[in-house]
Amino acid sequence: MTTQRIGIEVSRAIAIAAKLANVDVVSAYPITPQTHIVEDIAELVADGELDAAYIPVESEHSAMSACLGASAVGARTFTATAGQGLELMHEVLYIASSMRLPVVMTVANRALSAPLSIWCDHSDVMAVRDTGWIQIFAANGQETFDNVLCAFRIAEDQRVLLPVMIHLDGFYLTHMVEPIYVPEQSKVDKFLPPYEYPLPLDPNKPITMGAFAPPNIYTETKKAQQANLTAAKEVILQCWREFGNFFGRYYSPVEGYRCEKAKVLLLVMGSLSETAMSAIDTLRDEGKEVGLIKLRLWRPFPFDEIRRAVRDAEVLIILDRALSFGGPAGPVCSEIRSALYNEDKKPKVISFVGGLGGRDISPDGFKEIINRGIEISQTGSEQEFEMFGVRE
Amino acid sequence: MVAMTDYAGSKLAWCPGCGNFGILSAVNKALVELNIEPHRVLMVSGIGQAGKLPHYTRCNILNMLHGRTLPAAAGAKIANPELIVIAVGGDGDGYGEGGNHFIHAMRRNHDITYLVHNNQVYGLTKGQASPTSDLGFVTKTTLRGATMPLNPLALAIACDASFVGRGFAGDVEHLANLIKMGITHKGFAFIDVLQPCVIFNRKNTYNWYRERVYKLEEETNYDPSNKAAAFNKAQEWGEQIPIGIIYRKQRPTFEEQLPALDKGPLVKQKIEIGRIEELLDEFL
Repeated sequence: MTTQRIGIEVSRAIAIAAKLANVDVVSAYPITPQTHIVEDIAELVADGELDAAYIPVESEHSAMSACLGASAVGARTFTATAGQGLELMHEVLYIASSMRLPVVMTVANRALSAPLSIWCDHSDVMAVRDTGWIQIFAANGQETFDNVLCAFRIAEDQRVLLPVMIHLDGFYLTHMVEPIYVPEQSKVDKFLPPYEYPLPLDPNKPITMGAFAPPNIYTETKKAQQANLTAAKEVILQCWREFGNFFGRYYSPVEGYRCEKAKVLLLVMGSLSETAMSAIDTLRDEGKEVGLIKLRLWRPFPFDEIRRAVRDAEVLIILDRALSFGGPAGPVCSEIRSALYNEDKKPKVISFVGGLGGRDISPDGFKEIINRGIEISQTGSEQEFEMFGVRE
Repeated sequence: MVAMTDYAGSKLAWCPGCGNFGILSAVNKALVELNIEPHRVLMVSGIGQAGKLPHYTRCNILNMLHGRTLPAAAGAKIANPELIVIAVGGDGDGYGEGGNHFIHAMRRNHDITYLVHNNQVYGLTKGQASPTSDLGFVTKTTLRGATMPLNPLALAIACDASFVGRGFAGDVEHLANLIKMGITHKGFAFIDVLQPCVIFNRKNTYNWYRERVYKLEEETNYDPSNKAAAFNKAQEWGEQIPIGIIYRKQRPTFEEQLPALDKGPLVKQKIEIGRIEELLDEFL
């Protein structure tokens, strides 16, 4: 079998990626809009196409805990969740990163309750921002598929050994049918070598994981973790380069679209960045010097790449799909503004929050955001940020 | 007098034929027959098709997170014991995600009624196995068949739940009576309801249940206060499935044993700020 381009629902493509990665253990709990991913994996296991253990547990907390147990004994481990499920995993997520267990998880981004919403935004992601996981945002199905394969290689690299989350927008991506290049198994096997965890739980070589740390060593463990996550960026870049050499698709932490001589830049994460491309095309056709920045690598945060990407612009408009209640701006904007603060040459940073709880933003909507952003950059605003598209 | 129209809620969005319709009718019927006005009732639910039931009736509603129905219901009852608190959830919500709360709510004997719509499958997420799916039940996540199911009634009896009942969504009259007894019971009244899911559970159908259920109250020699007998009764599943009160044993409720409630509901008690200074002085 050679590489095929097949029309497939993105959730199903993720299941195929997990199969091609030859995962050993999958533990998951169904939650909309993640269900198709884990159902398909269960089917691949039952059909004998994937030699793995599928554990249908009773909650997301248990799902992540079971993944940790499996990973600690040296199994290649995968799971998927969304929204409240991710929040229920919250305390376990820290254990995965702190114990250096390279679990891979896809998150079908979903708004948090209350009120109950099954639709997309990034509030679930932002709540787990500081859990020490590597976090990558996908803008379309192919990116999701490719990055699931990359995630295992990055997570399991002996220099990294950290868990990885691949974020994809719930429904907008999970339930979308896209033409996706699916490589042959032998090629994936060459790209992704078999998993070897250096220190698995093994009765012949007993070790202790996660024991008590008194104040005289806790700080040092956290410093090591921080240094390790920051240093993972080089491995991620290397992995993406090699992925490109293998499969012909190259990824970078920050990607520009029509940014040549752009005085105004719009920055978006996730699937809406593809919608924003249409708005940029229209504005460019109208002669406006605008460009788009897609932020793909969320953790470790790509400071240098962001600074370089926006340095020459006059205005940087950032759209967040999550609120930081009572805070300065959306979480993405806050981080970028902070990364630019000490720079000599930097654009004015304008913050918008929109696309909450599944509210769509059309290309015209992005045009409106850009025009309003330019206006605010000239006149100023009394608000720290503006919420886009609120019906009043 | 309270009438059925007082409990008429918003437009229903369950699948046609869903067992939830029978449960909703029974809940409304029980409340009307007990002449309880909607404003005295608090319904607490979690996530799932069952979690929508309060939306389709009319009373005070607290829609919680998945599995967190019982702690919120207990909290509300403690703060205001005058409320008639009915917790509603499914087998996923109550026996899976919120399983630990189930055990402890029974142990503490909160004075609430807990209805579990047990369709033995996850309806809201479209057909995966639940903690009560029959052994070998094939779903999209258990293609080789579900593992051993939980026996919620046996678990409840083991936890000494003070009222353990089972109803059938296809027998509204019987279920409404059971719910009435649950509401008037002082203490934790747990009612597991056999609920056909016409879309995702093609095994445990209306007919499947109808052929098997029998009413315990028609058995002259069954004594629901006998724990050992109740435990045996809770094991019956398959050819014959008992419905009615499986186990009942009066014991003090959590709220009755709480000294803070001696002077009436907390929500009606005044806060004595003066005492705070007096208490703080003891430590200064």
